[in-house]
Amino acid sequence: MFAYIIKRLLYAIPILIGVNLITFMLFFMVNTPDDMARSQLGAKQVTPEMIEAWKVERGYDKPLFVNGEADGISTVTDTLFVQESLKLFTFNFGFSDAKRDIGSDIKERMMPSLAIALPTFAIALITNISLALLLVLFRGSMLDTSMMIVAVMIMSISSLFYIIAGQVLLSKIYHWVPISGFESGWGGVKFIILPIMIGVFAGIGAGVRWYRSIFLEQINQDYVRTARAKGLSELRVLFGHVLSNGMLPILTGVVVVIPTLFMGSLIMESFFGIPGLGSYTIDAINSQDFAIVKAMVFLGSVLYIIGLILTDISYTIFDPRVKLG
Amino acid sequence: MKIYFFKIILVSLIISSTHANIWNSPHDDKKVKENILFSSFNLPPKKLDPVVSYSSNEWAIIGNIYEPPLQYNYLKKPYTLEPLTLKKMPTITYLDSNGNEVKESSDRVAFSEYHLELRDDIKYQNHPSFVKEKNGTLLYGALNQEELESINSLDDFEKFGTRYLKAEDYAYAIKRMAVRQKHSPILDNMQDYIVGLKEFSKKITKIAKDKKEFLDLRPYNISGVKIIEDNALIIKIKGRYPQFQYWLTMYFFAPIPWEADLFYQQKGLIEKNLTLNWFPVGTGAYYLAENNPNRQMRLLVNPNYHDEFYPTLSQDEIAKSNISKELLADAGKKLPLIKEIIYSLEKESIPLWNKFLQGYYDASGISSEAFDQAVQISTSGNMGLSDEMREKGIVLRGSVQPSVFYLAFNMVDPVVGGYSESAKKLRQAISIAQNEEEYISIFQNERGIPAQGLIPPGIFGYLEGEVGTNRVVYDWVEGKRVRKSLEIAKKLLAEAGYPNGISTKTGKPLKLYYDTTATGPDDRARMDWRRKQFDKLGIQLVIRSTDYNRFQDKVRKGKAQLFSWGWNADYPDPENFLFLLYGANASVNTNGAGINSSNYQNPKFDRLFEEIKTMKNSPDRLKKIQEMLGIAREDAPWVWGIHPKSLALSHSWFKNILPNAMANNTLKYKRIDAELRAKKQEEWNQPVILPLVLFLLFPVLMIYPLYRAYQGRQKAVVRSER
Repeated sequence: MFAYIIKRLLYAIPILIGVNLITFMLFFMVNTPDDMARSQLGAKQVTPEMIEAWKVERGYDKPLFVNGEADGISTVTDTLFVQESLKLFTFNFGFSDAKRDIGSDIKERMMPSLAIALPTFAIALITNISLALLLVLFRGSMLDTSMMIVAVMIMSISSLFYIIAGQVLLSKIYHWVPISGFESGWGGVKFIILPIMIGVFAGIGAGVRWYRSIFLEQINQDYVRTARAKGLSELRVLFGHVLSNGMLPILTGVVVVIPTLFMGSLIMESFFGIPGLGSYTIDAINSQDFAIVKAMVFLGSVLYIIGLILTDISYTIFDPRVKLG
Repeated sequence: MKIYFFKIILVSLIISSTHANIWNSPHDDKKVKENILFSSFNLPPKKLDPVVSYSSNEWAIIGNIYEPPLQYNYLKKPYTLEPLTLKKMPTITYLDSNGNEVKESSDRVAFSEYHLELRDDIKYQNHPSFVKEKNGTLLYGALNQEELESINSLDDFEKFGTRYLKAEDYAYAIKRMAVRQKHSPILDNMQDYIVGLKEFSKKITKIAKDKKEFLDLRPYNISGVKIIEDNALIIKIKGRYPQFQYWLTMYFFAPIPWEADLFYQQKGLIEKNLTLNWFPVGTGAYYLAENNPNRQMRLLVNPNYHDEFYPTLSQDEIAKSNISKELLADAGKKLPLIKEIIYSLEKESIPLWNKFLQGYYDASGISSEAFDQAVQISTSGNMGLSDEMREKGIVLRGSVQPSVFYLAFNMVDPVVGGYSESAKKLRQAISIAQNEEEYISIFQNERGIPAQGLIPPGIFGYLEGEVGTNRVVYDWVEGKRVRKSLEIAKKLLAEAGYPNGISTKTGKPLKLYYDTTATGPDDRARMDWRRKQFDKLGIQLVIRSTDYNRFQDKVRKGKAQLFSWGWNADYPDPENFLFLLYGANASVNTNGAGINSSNYQNPKFDRLFEEIKTMKNSPDRLKKIQEMLGIAREDAPWVWGIHPKSLALSHSWFKNILPNAMANNTLKYKRIDAELRAKKQEEWNQPVILPLVLFLLFPVLMIYPLYRAYQGRQKAVVRSER
């Protein structure tokens, strides 16, 4: 397995170079360094001298991919793309245009994102699987049918509605929890109750339907009939056999998501005032802060690759027939 | 047994609710009862270094930390300057080219010297950068790796120090401005005025480029900035520039202690985001105790703050300025009146608004979503609070901003530009057809007034009534401004060569192009309205939506035909608006750096501008300004657009609020009645228990029927399999 992981990590290098290349091309297609300088300088009168000084300081005075003025290998290495990419591969994200250390900012923002994302993910997973199993248990009944209708309804409504409705109902009308805000430590629990509740509820529709279909596929398998024939109760059949055999497709979708939980949720964090990573990239795009954009795209790609590797590893745990190599 | 159990839960919840404190407070219970202001920010400030900071959200913070030499009087209108860190207003001496003193009115004035004499009692906030060894070197000036490991915030330093403000700190700030790598937005402008700044900037920029580590600016000097004594300095200006006094209220001229500059240049601190850009060091009423731009910023009272007292007014001034008695209740009290300000990040307007209504923020603006809930407009157009707001004791305050938003014609465009009679008439016709009153009513919720020229109310040169009316667009009828009729606009259009919008030369309809950054679905109504205004004259308007970069590029290069833009005053002088139409500032003549984006150039207007630029406010200056406005109105390079009105709400416990668009250091005057706030918050936010009980009981109540159903199903399966 170790060799497999090393192989996958080596495959990741060209993928990350490709992602970086696309990020550079897309960003600079929309924003020239001059545009970025004007936007960042924020002055009413931006003179060419100001723009030039800004570009020199950040290395944006260098050519993007090919340096025609340099000789030999420097033609390629003395360029903005190579210089910036090399830093990224050492996880040196540099400074944002607001002169903040991006690495420190990411570390600082990661925890609030996780404070919401992890409990939401865990509670949603347990709730969705439990409800799906319940519906499978009562498959074909009125409960199953009505819950499926409700699930489709929940899926059809934008999460923005749940956020606003949740804030109005639970905070403004019932006064149970704060509308928004964040605090680290135990004092912050009251702030995360509402976003977690809404996060879980908004995902119930899609989650329950997906897990239910996975379990329904299993419920008619021969091994289930054998288990029933042995005289096992329906609950033992579900939890002992259907659930464990349904784990493989569940893992495909779930494990890959775990590393990306660090990246947070844009809408949730904006509405609840959570100082996480969710809005970091969008804010950077809006303010044309390329240093943050490239760092976050790179980090997102790295986390996704890690997620895929973890998924492969988890297969070997839940299905002994799978061998990595 | 089960019923008994549920009864216990229900009763205990009801009992606990009777003792319940408020649950939905986002603040610490103790802090609510203290003399603390709770406010919010939606955009984290990016630059708190005064050399580069130029945004209103940044100045709202640093305005309370840094102290430039002058400030605006809090109560007086029109805007009046007064000393802040100076003993008295700067004295100005005028010199000829040989350095001999001459009279202000002399034609030989080549330089003006501003003499600034500082107060002796001003100290900086406590800060680790001021702590020195016995030999005078900075204790924390060269932190090693081991020391840095234990430092993550300024609170991690053991020792803090302070010192008195010195004249050299102001000189140091001007030297920092000259370093090109600091990106001061006013460097190029100030180089035209401060003697020696241009030469110094070239020299120091090169030194800064070559210097890899610390750059101590003390050994270098600007010829036009002289330190006379520890507490006195002279700034030498080229020619006459009376507006320089206004610049002395801005934070580019706030003092920078060299100790702080050197302290924050340490690489190890920069990597921990401990920089002058994030942790200012000032002499102001507050210091930034916490700066987490992702969540919260906290200002605390500067314990070393010098004596400053709440201002008062003479009876005559009270009568003139229409100041309420309540605003004078704290006259003579030592400032600041609030001990702490907590700013929390609120990116979305809905949570912010709801928290304000719950009493958790002391003041709020009015977003478009909340406008109808907060404000009601009477049939006569008067604005007032809604009943809901009045019941809560909320107060509404409005003021016209010193800003102008306009529709510009590109004067170098072959169709709408130029100075021929027909071109003028075309622009005048369009100006009449743009119904700004309707725009304000539909899109601004009545928050604005139609502009009659460049100069907004509150700035010298703005006149009310008939004399201040733009007679090209309005008539004065029975004491009111009435927009000229569409027929007059159509007549002008026909005289311009476009009867009913058809060109007499080509026989084709006139088609104009409007460049805009309005690309979202929300902008559609606005664009449709704009198109309709042109359609009234038979002119086809083509909307060219683009991103802001492309838009700016087009305007800079003079390639846009029609576009909307705006200007906020830097200082309350008409020069700060009239220079928007000064020919030498035309964008196309200055490689895109000029602020005259409509590229208007009228020799008479330019000549008058050069005259009024250096004049003091006087009847003669007013006359010349009116003449300039008359020329501009006639040439119509802009459709004059609107002066926006800002509305703000505050709770009854928040006192001493007076809108002042120029001053940024007004927190020190404000006061909070924390007891009333705590009482109201408790009254408005009692938790509603019953739905919670039902919510918690629901899953429990579901267990039994589900269990029975499961049992039944098990048996049913068995039966069917038999």
